[in-house]
Amino acid sequence: MNDILLSAAYLAAAILFILGLKGLNSPETARRGLLLAEIGMLLAVVGTLLHGEIIQYQWILVGLVVGSTIGALMAIFMPMTAMPQRIAISHSFGALAATLVGIVEYYQRSLTIDHGTMAALGFEVLFGSLTITGSLMAFGKLQELVKSAPITYRFQNVSNILLFVAMVGVFVFLIFSPGMSAFFYGMIAAGLVFGVLIVLPIGGADMPVVLSLLNSYAGLASAATGLVINNNVLLIAGALDGTSGFFLSMMMSRAMNRSFTNVLFGAVGAVKPGAQTQEEVRTVTRYTPEDAAFILGNAQSVMIIPGYGMAVAQAQHAVQELAELLMQRGTTVRYAIHPVAGRMPGHMNVLLAEANVPYDLLYEPEQINDDFSSTDVALVIGANDVVNPAARYKKDSPLYGMPILNADQAQTVIVLKRSLSPGFAGEDNELFYEKKTMMIFGDAKATLTGLIQLLKKTAPAESLPLS
Amino acid sequence: MNNMFFESLYILVLAGFVGFEVIRKVPPLLHTPLMSTTNAISGISLVGSLVAAGSGQSVVSTVLGTIAVTAATINVVGGFMITDRMLKMFRRKERKAR
Repeated sequence: MNDILLSAAYLAAAILFILGLKGLNSPETARRGLLLAEIGMLLAVVGTLLHGEIIQYQWILVGLVVGSTIGALMAIFMPMTAMPQRIAISHSFGALAATLVGIVEYYQRSLTIDHGTMAALGFEVLFGSLTITGSLMAFGKLQELVKSAPITYRFQNVSNILLFVAMVGVFVFLIFSPGMSAFFYGMIAAGLVFGVLIVLPIGGADMPVVLSLLNSYAGLASAATGLVINNNVLLIAGALDGTSGFFLSMMMSRAMNRSFTNVLFGAVGAVKPGAQTQEEVRTVTRYTPEDAAFILGNAQSVMIIPGYGMAVAQAQHAVQELAELLMQRGTTVRYAIHPVAGRMPGHMNVLLAEANVPYDLLYEPEQINDDFSSTDVALVIGANDVVNPAARYKKDSPLYGMPILNADQAQTVIVLKRSLSPGFAGEDNELFYEKKTMMIFGDAKATLTGLIQLLKKTAPAESLPLS
Repeated sequence: MNNMFFESLYILVLAGFVGFEVIRKVPPLLHTPLMSTTNAISGISLVGSLVAAGSGQSVVSTVLGTIAVTAATINVVGGFMITDRMLKMFRRKERKAR
């Protein structure tokens, strides 16, 4: 295939990618958009395969077959609850591909490389290498292969910053003398180490920001690859991925009222020794599912607030069943979804969609927060920090300033929780001690199933004689 | 630095702006599918990997290229498939059916 046809295929691919993302603006057009992006990808790949530069196909075929098999198996059998892990590991694969292409380019051309290309190449392997290990660490934490709480040690930030400065120094040096291959490979090694170190102090609830940032880095590494090999479709696709990740991390940080720097270097949720012992002893009243079933059965309106605990207990189907039952009884049921609930952007939405919850029942905090005061029951399922009133006024709290869901304004608050342990931020939640709050401890799924059974036994409110 | 490098930078920056404007309108509801779509799209580094694996320049190039092709294909195939699986689940309410 000649160059003009290949360029045309790449151009078409770039346009289709952008149109594909545009389709994601609405759930109705999303699948059609995805199809456009798929066609774009097919065009770009087939065009490249038919190009004269490629002379042997056997290894390409091996890679394509093995990759497709692994990718398809993961896509078909991965449970939706494992979605954050899958996203993390895929950032790692993307960055690995970009880094390896960068190494090949350097290996082939190291003696003739110019300064501009070296700069792009440096970006490519730096972002690439730190994303490979950073994403693997994030995967490990999400899969709980690595302790998911922040891992901190003395001089952590100082040593990370020193390593970073050293990497940048080597990078600048390489731009001026691209031939020094030892420095090039040293920089990659440093990038790999840096990726591990930067994710170590990051705890579970900060994962949405970190996943988004790594998404952005993987994209930037791809874009830099495009700069190195003068390939515009790579540039454009990389730029789209990079900005999307950047946009998401911005949204997530804003939803927590924290800056990137704070997320990366703040190590919120690290266990501070001795901190919890000096707290005054407060008691909560435990309620039984019977109490909750009575309240829910008489409620006109219920707002469900899911959190990471719902994902852990895999309780999304039970939640849907309970909501369906309540709606059949004439109760208004809506879901209030906080952007950082869960471990990745949109985590709760995907789980509830899996459980067949119609998406027009899902609301963002800005849409729904004013409605809590006229709601009978706020049903909090495995969420904690996103309903902690301390975020409004307690200035020394790590949560301070974070926009929360106004669950405390509802008539009654029912909280399903495994134990009274504080949320990720380590901040005790006074909502749990309030008089109108009913705490029900135990596995969320088991509790919900119990509630469903109890509600099925009792008659809907309107069949009772009015007095 | 040659002109070609700067032309590429132009494209990069402009594509970034376009991307930001398009992605800004994606509702939080679809943020996970957004992430997995862009991830699949950035599997476009497959294009570079194919050249590395198939141009027969050296053993190093073929070996690393093949690994890169595998990794990128996992993202492209897996990313598109799982996004579609997710998007299929999003539906509106159908009151009348019940």
